[in-house]
Amino acid sequence: MEAYETFEYDVLVIGAGGAGLRAVIAAREAGCSVGVVCKSLLGKAHTVMAEGGVAAALGNMKSLDGQNEPDSWKVHLTDTFKGGAFLNNPRTVEIFAKEAPERVLELEQYGAVFDRTPEGLIAERPFGGHKYRRLNHVGDRTGLELIRTVQDKAVGVGMSVHMEVTLTRLLTEDGRVVGAFGYHRDNGKFVVFRAKAFVLATGGWGRMYKFTSNSWEGTGDGLQMAYNVGAELMDMEMIQFHPTGMAWPPGMRGILVTEGVRGEGGILKNNKGERFMFNPDYTPALYKGQFAETPEEAARWLDDKKANRRPPELLPRDVVARAIYKEVEAGRGTEHKAVYLDVTHRGAEYIKRKLPSMYEQFHALGAVDITKEPMEVYPTIHYTMGGVWAEPEGCATSVPGLFAAGEVAAGLHGANRLGGNSLSDILVFGKRAGEGAAAFAKTAKLGKIDNAQIEEELGVLMAPLSATTGESPYAIHSELQETMQNDCMIARTEEGLSRALAKVEELKARAKTLKVSGGTAFNPGWHAARDIRFMLATSEIIVRCALQRKESRGAQWRLDYPSLDAEWGKKNLIATKGSDRVNIVERPITPMTDEIKAIIEEYK
Amino acid sequence: MAVQTSPPAAAAGSQKAPVVKRTDNWWGGTLFFFIVFSAFGAWATFRAFQNGFYETAGASQFGGAYYLSPLYSPTLRLSTKIAGFNISPALFILPFPLCFRLSCYYYRKMLYRAYGADPLGCAIAEPEPLASMRRKKYKGEKYFPLVVQNFHRYAFFAAAIFIIMLWKDTIESFFFKSGDSMHFGMGLGSIVFLTNVVLLSCYTFSCHSWRHFVGGNADCYSCSVLNQTKHGLWKKVSFINEKHGTFAMASLISVALTDVYVFLVTSGHFHDIRFF
Amino acid sequence: MASKTITLRVFRGDDKGGELVEYKVETFENMVVLDAIHKIQAEQDSSLACRWNCKAAKCGSCSAEIDGKPALMCKTQVHDCAGDSITVTPLRTFPLVKDLVTDVSWNYRMAAKIPPLTPTKETAGKPFNMQQIDVDRVQEFRKCIECFLCQNVCHILRDHERTDAFFGPRQMVRIASLEMHPMDSLNRREQLKGEAGVGFCNITKCCTEVCPESIHITDNAIIPLKERVVDDYYDPVRKGLIAIGLIKKRNKAPLSSVPNDLTKIIS
Repeated sequence: MEAYETFEYDVLVIGAGGAGLRAVIAAREAGCSVGVVCKSLLGKAHTVMAEGGVAAALGNMKSLDGQNEPDSWKVHLTDTFKGGAFLNNPRTVEIFAKEAPERVLELEQYGAVFDRTPEGLIAERPFGGHKYRRLNHVGDRTGLELIRTVQDKAVGVGMSVHMEVTLTRLLTEDGRVVGAFGYHRDNGKFVVFRAKAFVLATGGWGRMYKFTSNSWEGTGDGLQMAYNVGAELMDMEMIQFHPTGMAWPPGMRGILVTEGVRGEGGILKNNKGERFMFNPDYTPALYKGQFAETPEEAARWLDDKKANRRPPELLPRDVVARAIYKEVEAGRGTEHKAVYLDVTHRGAEYIKRKLPSMYEQFHALGAVDITKEPMEVYPTIHYTMGGVWAEPEGCATSVPGLFAAGEVAAGLHGANRLGGNSLSDILVFGKRAGEGAAAFAKTAKLGKIDNAQIEEELGVLMAPLSATTGESPYAIHSELQETMQNDCMIARTEEGLSRALAKVEELKARAKTLKVSGGTAFNPGWHAARDIRFMLATSEIIVRCALQRKESRGAQWRLDYPSLDAEWGKKNLIATKGSDRVNIVERPITPMTDEIKAIIEEYK
Repeated sequence: MAVQTSPPAAAAGSQKAPVVKRTDNWWGGTLFFFIVFSAFGAWATFRAFQNGFYETAGASQFGGAYYLSPLYSPTLRLSTKIAGFNISPALFILPFPLCFRLSCYYYRKMLYRAYGADPLGCAIAEPEPLASMRRKKYKGEKYFPLVVQNFHRYAFFAAAIFIIMLWKDTIESFFFKSGDSMHFGMGLGSIVFLTNVVLLSCYTFSCHSWRHFVGGNADCYSCSVLNQTKHGLWKKVSFINEKHGTFAMASLISVALTDVYVFLVTSGHFHDIRFF
Repeated sequence: MASKTITLRVFRGDDKGGELVEYKVETFENMVVLDAIHKIQAEQDSSLACRWNCKAAKCGSCSAEIDGKPALMCKTQVHDCAGDSITVTPLRTFPLVKDLVTDVSWNYRMAAKIPPLTPTKETAGKPFNMQQIDVDRVQEFRKCIECFLCQNVCHILRDHERTDAFFGPRQMVRIASLEMHPMDSLNRREQLKGEAGVGFCNITKCCTEVCPESIHITDNAIIPLKERVVDDYYDPVRKGLIAIGLIKKRNKAPLSSVPNDLTKIIS
């Protein structure tokens, strides 16, 4: 059999985005030895893509906004529930909203340098679905600031970094995770990690869609590793479409246009030049009366946030994404099947100062000058609300020894995530997962590695290299993207989803025999051969859950079941691995405590 | 625990990517600098030792103008006769601005490139055998001799004193002697002087050391009234500092041209044009 | 813009050697070099190795040398390159791994020697009160995406191979962001003069030239750092003024008061 290296730690963190690195800091501070594995170089995770800000109710803008009440965790909690269409886990949201401010302030101690208010505090900007200005930001590169900060701090507290290692299998002993197996991307050598506890912080999965803001990393391998050892997956049908992905030029398709553009006054227009978000049909009942009703009021809001309501472009992401979809379906889109996002009226100097990386991105990557012409945007896959179920106190999953935090975990965002909540999510639950894993590691011993499991995974990995016939993983991937884009995207139907399921089943069968050239040393084709299987398995779960939830809620929009269903609002869908199929069960959401009910009643 | 403790030195004996020659014009700027600076050096050396044709001193054949070559400013009234030799006053003056320019952060870049091929250009491999000779031996400005570049700030202050003198010369260039009285006026030389001193001032006061001195050294600008003032000054110096290189070249050329002008006038090759 | 076919000459090889291999690629509007590489992977040779992540010039993964010039592949338009042929090679300063991938772990090892922000006793644990003017300078440095193009182009590392004595422009920017942070309590100048080797820089400004984030590395980070080192080590007048009490000495804790060797980069 192939040789492999072995490393041992108290805690192994899988994934080095914001959540993983925050977990490293927490586990180290709890006295554990910590290893961290990342597929890319350190600090290149998807966290860098976050632009707008990190949501936490610091209440720093009260004097500027003239709010009657200060922003507080209670308002933040209420907004998060409303955004998530009440599919969220109540305790998770409570912990999140309470602890977010503390985590953001801590970040500043670690070295993050946020924009400042005239009083010298952290500046906060408005964002979709947040009642008050709450997004603590650094221009439009908050994610970069955040990951660099936790990266530097984690390096400071000490860890062992394994860069460019892909893990493909968790190894278990009597149901508990005791090891992880994978390969070095650069030289193709195999590696085994033994640890007392594992933190899964591998982020989301969006590569199975054609319009996606995800990089090659978003293949769902972390999710599938957990699923394969029996972890419960929750809310898998809930996939967020960011309303404004770039639609043109083709090389930039799917790349994100920050919500900050709309926060700074950007307006959405169809091909007739109409500002379609003012169409009253697009504003859900829950938000009626809370948004500006005329362009004049929206324009006044830019300079006077006290006396005016915010523009409807700042409705939650799922609402705006659906509106754009409907406009394009109704034939009011641009020639590239998109709508216009126009910020030119704010003036070149203002745009360059407030949205520097957006200006730069369009200018350098697409030769578009956003100070002079509108952008063309269309919804793009952005975030996965669902994932591995993790209890909120210590982020333990249903598998002993395995903890999960960040985008890979489920429970916080419900049916739709509010902008800015992901960055505070990774801080709050990254820390808790690190502490939870450290506490587990204190009482546990290293387990025994079962060679049979390694052999089995090696067989899967090596087969495409020795196969004499078989398909290219790229071809299957591109067919999968086409299918998911057409039949499991923003608007879903029984018919489309069934078609998607049949296609995914077909691709799964074809993916059993893949063939790639070259060896194991930095061979993207070989990597793709393993990734496509993870993507296919994940796609199947998404489609099956979307089929099962017969209602429209948050990111799940069923044309054949167009309204909210109170009964469906009381339960999550849980997917687990059966012997030969996906088991999906409905599980009631933990009821809210009276305290939380009262808070929501007061602030909604 | 398997841990690698000693980092392998990057690129030690390992395969490197091939050299691909840049196809764009990476050498134009350096060549321009080389030509201009060498020409200036030659001219200034000639003029420094010439010890003549550097001032009009209000003489009537020059229309009563007071034009003093910047290479000989200020006029040294001390005896320049040492051991029987007539030493040119320029030799006492020029070392100061020369030190300022040689240790200037902009000139450092260009001098190392143009005269040291260190480096020739960005991502341009050094020519052999120089490259092999220098590999792993480079000392930069950390050790002697180039460590003396750290005294740039003193050179700045010296140069700043000369700027005051040159402003005095410039004001004088707007006054003309006729008989026993002085008149305000303007000749072509006055304009040449004014242009030169403005460019020199811009160059001198966009200096990186000066930028550090007026405010760059503070860590917290809002913490005291003094630091708030420093921030204001620092912003202004930073603004012209962005053009430090442009001013460096423009003022070098303007000094030479001013000196050439004075030379042409005093040697009788050219008659100063009087506007009024 | 009509699509046309261009020739990409891409370095293929590993630590045993390699060569430039030609690929014909059909272009589309506003195609960037990374798109072309992806097209080769998907259609011609899936074993062509390159790093990339965000494809939006935010992560700094796809650094390479395009026609001999260090640049991000995702930020270089095919149409901006001269002629119908583009040469793409890996970063030359770092050891070759395969094709367009090099071993950049040295950069992370140097970064590990720089302790993170260490707030002063008075400010630790409390929300910072800083004005925008206090953080403007630092924010410019924190735009860095760690693409290491500056490290790659720096002749001290690239040609003179002084990786033993100079941390490189990226780390100078990092130290500058800490040295100029109003709340930091450590004496960074000690490290700058010593192991970080700011004295090695001879102001070639190539780092500034290649920075995809347009950070003024030389003018705003390295030169001010050199001046700060001069303040403490090469300015006798200043030392004299401190000795007679006319100006105050900066009160910073020695760098050795915090550990800086806890992290291992394993490759």
